Amino acid sequence: MISYIWDRIKRPIDPALFILILLVFAVSAGVLYSASNRDLERVTDKVVFMGISLGILWFVANIQQRTLMQLALPAYVGGVILLILVEFFGITSHGATRWLNIGITRIQPSEIMRIALPLMVAWYFNHFQASLSKRHFIAGACIIIVPVLLIMKQPDLGTSLLVASSGFYILFFAGLPWAVLAVMSAAIAVVAYTVTHWDLCINILHEYQCRRIATMLNPMEDPLGAGYHIIQGTIAIGSGGLFGKGWLAGTQTHLDFIPERTTDFIFAVYGEEFGLLGNGLLLLLYMAVIFRGLMIANSASTLFGRLLAGAISMNFFTYALVNMGMVTGLLPVVGVPLPLISYGGTSMVSILAGFGILMSIQRDRPLMKA
Amino acid sequence: MVFAMSKNVVLNPKGERFAFQIRLIVAVLFIFAMFGVLFARFFWLQVVEHDRYLTLAEQNRISLVPIPPSRGIIRDRNGVILAHNFSAYTLEITPSKVANLDETIASLKGIVDITPRDRRRFKKLQDETKDFETLPIRTRLSDVEVARFASQSYLFPGVELKARLFRQYPLGEVGSHLIGYIGRINDRDIKDLKEDDVFANYRGTDYIGKLGVESSYEKQLHGQTGFEQVEIDSGGRAVRTLKRTAPQSGKDLTLSVDIKLQEMIEKQFGDRRGSLVAIDPQTGGILALVSKPGFDPNLFVDGIDPVSWNELNTSIDKPLLNRAIRGEYPPGSTYKPFIAMAALEQNLPLVQQTISDPGYFIYGGHRFNDSKKGGYGSMNFDRSIALSSDTYFYQLAVQMGIDNIAKFMGTLDFGRPTGVDLPGERPGILPSPEWKKSRFKNPAQQKWYSGETVSIGIGQGYNAFTPMQMAHATATLANRGLAFRPHVVATLTDPRSGAKTLVEPKPLKAMDWKPANIERVIRGMEGVMTIGTGAPVFRGAQYVSAGKTGTAQVYSLKGAKYNAHSVKERLRDHSWFIAFAPSNKPTIALAVIVENGGFGAQAAAPIARKVLDYYLTGKMPEDPPSKTASAVPAIVEEVTGD
Repeated sequence: MISYIWDRIKRPIDPALFILILLVFAVSAGVLYSASNRDLERVTDKVVFMGISLGILWFVANIQQRTLMQLALPAYVGGVILLILVEFFGITSHGATRWLNIGITRIQPSEIMRIALPLMVAWYFNHFQASLSKRHFIAGACIIIVPVLLIMKQPDLGTSLLVASSGFYILFFAGLPWAVLAVMSAAIAVVAYTVTHWDLCINILHEYQCRRIATMLNPMEDPLGAGYHIIQGTIAIGSGGLFGKGWLAGTQTHLDFIPERTTDFIFAVYGEEFGLLGNGLLLLLYMAVIFRGLMIANSASTLFGRLLAGAISMNFFTYALVNMGMVTGLLPVVGVPLPLISYGGTSMVSILAGFGILMSIQRDRPLMKA
Repeated sequence: MVFAMSKNVVLNPKGERFAFQIRLIVAVLFIFAMFGVLFARFFWLQVVEHDRYLTLAEQNRISLVPIPPSRGIIRDRNGVILAHNFSAYTLEITPSKVANLDETIASLKGIVDITPRDRRRFKKLQDETKDFETLPIRTRLSDVEVARFASQSYLFPGVELKARLFRQYPLGEVGSHLIGYIGRINDRDIKDLKEDDVFANYRGTDYIGKLGVESSYEKQLHGQTGFEQVEIDSGGRAVRTLKRTAPQSGKDLTLSVDIKLQEMIEKQFGDRRGSLVAIDPQTGGILALVSKPGFDPNLFVDGIDPVSWNELNTSIDKPLLNRAIRGEYPPGSTYKPFIAMAALEQNLPLVQQTISDPGYFIYGGHRFNDSKKGGYGSMNFDRSIALSSDTYFYQLAVQMGIDNIAKFMGTLDFGRPTGVDLPGERPGILPSPEWKKSRFKNPAQQKWYSGETVSIGIGQGYNAFTPMQMAHATATLANRGLAFRPHVVATLTDPRSGAKTLVEPKPLKAMDWKPANIERVIRGMEGVMTIGTGAPVFRGAQYVSAGKTGTAQVYSLKGAKYNAHSVKERLRDHSWFIAFAPSNKPTIALAVIVENGGFGAQAAAPIARKVLDYYLTGKMPEDPPSKTASAVPAIVEEVTGD
């Protein structure tokens, strides 16, 4: 009986991916304990939250791929409707309208889009896979652009770019022509050039967004405001050196220098205490997670599964890249947490739900020949 | 396991599967490239530049210490200080750094005096803030207390002595609604500051303007926070200063208010509730803005303790309500000069006619009574204002129609904020069929009945305006239709350079009223002061003034005869008065309301008289009246009927 239940529990789980997630969680708990100045309560909170998120992962992993396909269109349409509702009835805070009050709690529909959008685009290409042509890519781009514009309007540039990239990865894996990719790369280069030059930037973005970018390029311009994060973050990481100052021994961390050190800037704490060696190991751990995801994509039986698994894995990669890039001063400070490690965050739920989808895809693959 | 992917891949050169695998390989290469860049950045920071950052972090840590600017000083028009800062020591606790808070506070009691009030205030602050913030347990320590704590501070980790600037309001209750107060920055303030993108400028600052001028000029009063880059050793002590950017003090404010006048008026009100707004019609500068009862703003500066707060907040007299800009009252007969102005501008036939005045007006089968029993027999435009004839104004209103009234009154800023530079101004209620439609949900209530227009003519019904709106409209009329935005602050002064910025006076708009019409209304209002309802109070004045009495009904008696003595005090009518002087070239215009003061001439007019006397002749009244004794004999009731 017990063995039956155990069997039922582990059946949908991909052991490799699961173990990797647990490893990242272990890192998270350790860093959080240090970052919160040995606040066991917060660590316990986080562990409980990890448990809940794993439950969600398990639940999603149990869903059949067929059901996921059926869910794609309603999830996407529902998500877009919620985004439109945000536009009219949303809760405004810090100058941005991102939340919707649904009575018991408030939800952030852009968070739903992180899963719903790749689901929808993957379903779309899967549906028309027999006759894929140029116009399907144009339609796919339109499916992406609608929610992205809605999120951009909130305004939430960071999330809109992440949602856009999750859709883009599907287009990429579905075979977006190389020429288009080249043009896009060139366009990104032009945009990057524009936004890093104040006079050009001010024409296309909000002033506060331009100021954030300017601060990233020269943190000393606003040493008390946004620049403070970057200055203290780089000092923390830089002073960590090759092997770090050791767990619980980061001086920047424990003298209160790093702001938001349990959330978006937790990587500064990690980098200070574990050094280049620790950073390298974390990169490897993240790569292992991503590559396991890409392997699942490679062995998936349907186009839907391949595209979705590829996009989810690449999404995870993007999170990690953007967070570590912003803490080390390579990218502007956008509110992206370090995936699976930062304290709290609704993003953990969407990430683990994504991994649940990966496991569902992995389970549904055809029996492989040895 | 992870890198085994390439072994499993069976490349099929034909078809979609192969193309997908090419894409996968490109994605993997991209990941390698990007993580490579990241690793290169780590290498740069942690190996190449490591020594530099280690120096910054390990031996000498650089800390940015904010230096809060000193808050601007508020003065009245004659330079009397209304709000300033003084430096004092406070004892502050960071709860998160203290193991046992109760024990620590108990042993602190042996060194400094900590009252139960201090404890309550501390508890309240603790509930409102996060644990890692530093909170004052005692403010304004004496020198002895400072010395005693300093010698034993090593016994109290997490408790610090800090020199801070305190805000003080030397005049206490005088002008409290006008000046406002500052209080500790709370979560809501933080949200607002972040929204305005100025939160960084509030590092090191614990207080923010909450009410009055302190709030509406917060940005200018606060100034620019400076910062010091200091090296601190591993124990966290500052070793030396590397770089210092000085803070810029906030701007000093000079108000247009004459605080001596303000104080005199507040004394005149005594224990009575009400409000008075006096404006210089030629600039819009506010000379006095009284709302009674007031409160002592000094209570709020250190964080008010819960007992005092409850007292203020739950009092039936609502001392925290700024009646001048937030109290909405029916204007009563003080509305008549503006109705008269509208009637003249619209050239109503009635303004040229003499009507018979039996003491009532019948409209739509309803009988609308005049407060003058039996009426005056006959009535015309020029006597109607002085004698406050209800019968005449009922008919003016009916002839004009509600839409025309609402349109005209809207131009005088009735029914919308005047734009005075104080926070929280209410718009009042300017009734019209559109207003009624949006105000009520029930279709039966949404319809405008023409009978309702009748009482609008004498300022009763749905009408409700703030004393500020009444004063503003009176000032506009006094200034012959040239309207200024009312404002409290006259000048902003940079304390360092002495550079002054004038808030003065931009005309808002010029009404296109005919000068002859304006003079005709003003003649009527002069009549109020010589032969009419205000005459007994203004007998012997050394200047020519114009005014109007008014009575706002609190309670409808449904046809029964109103008798001030038989009605409970809080159900008695509100007493209104508007006035300006000298009437040919006015330098002061005012509106005053005394809640439950009875007839306009009874309670409000005597205060107006004293204000005009003081302002125009410098005469300071002696004894403020007590609550019960009325300065004007009861005979007024017979003369006026208003």
